[in-house]
Amino acid sequence: MRIYEMIFIVRPDVADEEVQKLITQMEGVVASAGGKVEKVEKMGRRRLAYRVHRQREGFYVLFHVQGTGDTVKEFERRLKVTDTVIKYLTVCTDEILKRAEKFKALRAKQEAKRRRSKPASAPPAPPAPAETAPA
Amino acid sequence: MAVPRENAPPAERPPRREGSGGGRRQYFRRRKVCKFCEEKIDVIDYKDVRLVSEFIAERGKILPRRLTGTCSTHQRALSEAIKRARNIALLPFAAGI
Repeated sequence: MRIYEMIFIVRPDVADEEVQKLITQMEGVVASAGGKVEKVEKMGRRRLAYRVHRQREGFYVLFHVQGTGDTVKEFERRLKVTDTVIKYLTVCTDEILKRAEKFKALRAKQEAKRRRSKPASAPPAPPAPAETAPA
Repeated sequence: MAVPRENAPPAERPPRREGSGGGRRQYFRRRKVCKFCEEKIDVIDYKDVRLVSEFIAERGKILPRRLTGTCSTHQRALSEAIKRARNIALLPFAAGI
C-alpha cells in the first residue's frame, strides 16, 4: 500500500451537486479497487494558469488515497472517461513524507544536542530558570 | 544602501540594486540564504502556489539558484514542485505579458 495524492479539475460550468456526486462516485471507485480514501479536499474554483479545453477556470478536487498501482490505474481510467474532468494529476507522496519525517527527526536531534552542549559552556541558560520558576 | 545583516529575513528575490550601474562592488551584498532551510519547510508542496511562485520569473521560468539563494537539495525539490504545479494548471508553462 502506498499513499497517493490525486488531484483533478472539474469543468467550471458543472453544478456543485454534480461535483459532489462525482466525488462520491470516485470514492466508490477507490473502495472497489482495493484502496482507502483518507481525505477529500475541495480546493474550490480557481483560475487556471492556462486554458484547458477552452476553460479558464476550474474546480479543483484533491483526494488523499491509500492504495496500490491498480487503484491508481482504475482511478485515472475513470477520470479519463469522465467528460466533466478536464485535467488530473497523481503524485505518490509516501517517499516524500518519509523523507520529511527523517529531516524532522534529524533536526530535533540536533536541537537537543545543541541544548545539551550550551549550558555546559555558557552560564546557566536564562530559559531554564524561567521555566522552573512558575512551577 | 544595503547594510550587511546577520540574520537577514527569509531569502527574498535577489537584491537587484538600483544604483549598481557605475560602481563596482561598492555595495554590500546581503547574504542569500535558502528560504526552505531557513523556514524549515521540509515538503515543498506544489499546491502552495503562493510559496512556489516566488521562485518563478515573470514569464513563468524557474529562477536559477544563483538568483534566489536556494540550496541545491531544495532547488531540486522546488523544480519538481513547479513542474507539477504547471502540469495541473496552477502555474503557467509560459506566461504571456
